[in-house]
Amino acid sequence: MDNGLERLVFAFFNAEIAAEWAPKILEGVWVTILVSLAVVATGLALGLALAALRAYRFRAVNAAIVAFVDILRALPPLVVIIILFFAFPYLDLPMSAFTATWLSLSLVLAAFAEEIWWAGILAVPRGQWEAARSTGLGFGATLGYVVLPQAVRMTVPPLVNRVIAVTKGTALGSVVALSEIVSQASSAASLAGNPTPLTLGAAAYLAIFVPVVVLGRWIETRFAWKR
Amino acid sequence: MTVAEAIPPVPILELAGLHKSFGSLKVLDGIDLAVRPRELVFVIGPSGSGKSTLLRCCNRLEEPDSGAVIVDGADIMRPGTDLNAVRQKIGMVFQSFNLYPHMTALGNVTLALCKVQGLDREAAELRGRAALAQVGLSDKEASYPNALSGGQQQRVGIARALALGPKIVLFDEPTSALDPELVGSVLAVMRELKAAGMTMVVVSHELAFARAAADRVVFMEGGRIVEQGPPAAIFGNPREARTQAFVSRLSQGHG
Ligand SMILES: Nc1ncnc2c1ncn2[C@@H]1O[C@H](COP(=O)(O)OP(=O)(O)O)[C@@H](O)[C@H]1O
Ligand SMILES: [Mg+2]
Repeated sequence: MDNGLERLVFAFFNAEIAAEWAPKILEGVWVTILVSLAVVATGLALGLALAALRAYRFRAVNAAIVAFVDILRALPPLVVIIILFFAFPYLDLPMSAFTATWLSLSLVLAAFAEEIWWAGILAVPRGQWEAARSTGLGFGATLGYVVLPQAVRMTVPPLVNRVIAVTKGTALGSVVALSEIVSQASSAASLAGNPTPLTLGAAAYLAIFVPVVVLGRWIETRFAWKR
Repeated sequence: MTVAEAIPPVPILELAGLHKSFGSLKVLDGIDLAVRPRELVFVIGPSGSGKSTLLRCCNRLEEPDSGAVIVDGADIMRPGTDLNAVRQKIGMVFQSFNLYPHMTALGNVTLALCKVQGLDREAAELRGRAALAQVGLSDKEASYPNALSGGQQQRVGIARALALGPKIVLFDEPTSALDPELVGSVLAVMRELKAAGMTMVVVSHELAFARAAADRVVFMEGGRIVEQGPPAAIFGNPREARTQAFVSRLSQGHG
């Protein structure tokens, strides 16, 4: 029993090895943060643009949006990353691990965000449109100033959940050798012959995502308002 | 009779031969109605008789199937009509207020001033404050709708319509969603508006208000105007049996 605990501590909480490999993990942390920020910015912007475009109800455009959303919601993000990473070079489009991960996860987040925001747009009462249009606001102005701000606020909780889920998917970048936390930690673990770097990686995830979860909860309460 | 009185004033709003169906349901079946400047036309009728649809056709929130809608001398059914410009002449007040919940009272009132009329923020707020003062809510400009009573919300709704400087204001059951004790404040604002010379079309069940403020009462049923006349005639001595039946039901229901 004592012996087992000692072995566990040596394997996973080895201070010497931790100190040695921490810089390598830290490099991964920056990559993870950078990809995550890029994914959130791109994914949410694209999702919002698609949801707004869908509100205009052009038949062909909406069919394309729905197809895009359904496909990207159905595919495992890992598959999207692999397809982009390995397929694009055939089109003579160079694709770095960073670009493949960023682009894939952005598209996935955009698909989910579009769906969430579209539901929000539909949930804004018809009377809001009517009131705005009756004062002479055009369709676009009504959408932009009256409907979207309400749709966005209504959908903060599901959106925060989705943002967290998709950004954690940056770990999938390890498959195409993106030097993010998981890939740094696992290569460090095999080089060191000791799994302590994986513990460091887990700690790094907690350090990044616990604040995000807390921030998400704060945003949820901040934006929840009585109608 | 002077010459001025002999020339009938040009109506602010004129509906001619207005038809509207939803699928096979005929909701407006040939409505003719002219509203003169400063006139308050009070519209009554059973639920589903087409009153809301009638109002919504006046600014083409609802698209009429046929007929003419003439606002301030211009047929707004004509192709090429700038509807957003027309709509600023026609204020609209809704049963459920429809205030923008993410904006303050002043924000609600100034949105169209800024985004449609193109006023800068300062000028818009000046006009917005004047409109809020007109409905007695100067002290509530920074309040969000959820912090206002129903009566206050509806008065903000009226201020939102008034701020644009409309030629006519359409009210669709403005007090129906209010607790009884809050109805009076809204009706008081409407009475002041009438006294100030605003042209108004009011769909409502507030018969006491109609008796006191309406120039004309229109009774609708089944998408047609059954009977119209001065309040005393419609409420006291209607020609049509259907009008009589409706009015007596209404006065029993509302004391
Ligand atoms: N957008 C719509 N689609 C289908 N039917 C409608 C629509 N709007 C109104 N109606 C129907 O038209 C009829 C008249 O409605 P409305 O004008 O709201 O009457 P009122 O205001 O007098 O109660 C009702 O039977 C209603 O169900
Ligand atoms: Mg109605």
